[in-house]
Amino acid sequence: MISIFPDLLSGAVITLQLLVSSMFFGLIIGLIFAILRINKNPIINKFAYGYSYFFRGTPLLVQLYLIYYGLANIEFLRNSFFWVIIKEPYWCAIIAFSLNTGAYTSEILRSAFQTIKKGYIEAAQSLGVTKKITFYRIQLPIAIKQSLPAYGNEIILMLKGTSLASVITIMDLMGEARKVNVLTFKPFEAFITAGIIYLFITFIIHNIIKYLEKKYGFQT
Amino acid sequence: MELLSFGDTGWGDELFLATLMTIAVSIAAMVIGFLFALIFTPLKLSKKKSLNIIGNCYTTIIRGVPELLVIYLLFFGGTGAAMYVASIFGYDGYIEINAFITGALAIGIISGAYSTEVFRGAILSIDKGQFEASKVLGIKKNIQFYKIILPQMLRLSIPNLSNVWQITLKDTSLISVTGLVEIMRQSYIAAGSTRDPLFFYSVAAILYLMLTFLSMKLINKLEIKYSKGY
Repeated sequence: MISIFPDLLSGAVITLQLLVSSMFFGLIIGLIFAILRINKNPIINKFAYGYSYFFRGTPLLVQLYLIYYGLANIEFLRNSFFWVIIKEPYWCAIIAFSLNTGAYTSEILRSAFQTIKKGYIEAAQSLGVTKKITFYRIQLPIAIKQSLPAYGNEIILMLKGTSLASVITIMDLMGEARKVNVLTFKPFEAFITAGIIYLFITFIIHNIIKYLEKKYGFQT
Repeated sequence: MELLSFGDTGWGDELFLATLMTIAVSIAAMVIGFLFALIFTPLKLSKKKSLNIIGNCYTTIIRGVPELLVIYLLFFGGTGAAMYVASIFGYDGYIEINAFITGALAIGIISGAYSTEVFRGAILSIDKGQFEASKVLGIKKNIQFYKIILPQMLRLSIPNLSNVWQITLKDTSLISVTGLVEIMRQSYIAAGSTRDPLFFYSVAAILYLMLTFLSMKLINKLEIKYSKGY
């Protein structure tokens, strides 16, 4: 039990790396698509909706396989500079996870944008605040504060999602647990220990979000 | 398009059967999940602290660990456990548990945790007056549950259960790692033998989108039907 611990911990580091980088890129993607979603232009709007519909309607595994196995099929991409990135399973995983969490994040932020009371925007308008400043200083902070609880759930869902990286040969926590299982034929030890580490990470994320909610939470 | 034709040359019929398999596993998992939810919802709502802890442990642990972990645990652990039990009875051969059963059970346990939360929320949102009124009228506890609480609970939980269904449907793609031939596994096989992963995984994505789209339509109809009179 103790002997497998270092292996699993090194896997947990990879898991956390995957989580942090895909949450970072996912947040940027999510923000962009949330802004596109509330755009009044029907084409832009539909495009953003289609993006989130596709990534929320298909399993993460399909998306991962599409990017890892599928993109390598395109001759044009293979000859281009992108090949350096998409030949690495690590980057493919980050791309897939970022696009996936980006879709969910855009939905979370969109609903937060739409529930902002009209009065705030009208008040800003009547005070002569420009549209840009209204967005950055009023709408965005409120939306972020309002979406904190839902975003916390999304982080935990993504943490669980990163375990799929193990099927494309990345040695994350799940990959290490699988390796231990294969080497020792002790599935319970390997997977239950990994499960405890996952629960521990979940617990920490949950508490950080709770703390942030308490500190910055938006009470209406 | 030839690749999708039905018959020996194309993968159309295989993918069609695989889609049916995905639907079958999802439904089986959902039903198993309901059974788990029916056991654990009362525990979570119970006034006894010890029962409460059991209910909370189930939902917290299952929702806090990756789905893949539950599947692997059941798949590898289940085989080991079955062989251990068999060895007590003097059988030393290799036993393989059916991938469908382990898969449906694993996804069922996961979907049960989500369903439990949904049912709990639905019961909590039923007006307290309903419980009190039925108590005043002298209705027995179990009749109160079956005739008054359960119908309302089901109606209130349809919208959230549709989310659980979507999650369950998408989770079944993970069973492919254990070798059950559903959409994901079939696309993997087809992609491997035709060397055209882009095409087959796109087909898989479209199949999943179709399934989620159609089930949403169906659930919306159910929702309208059951919210008549409200």
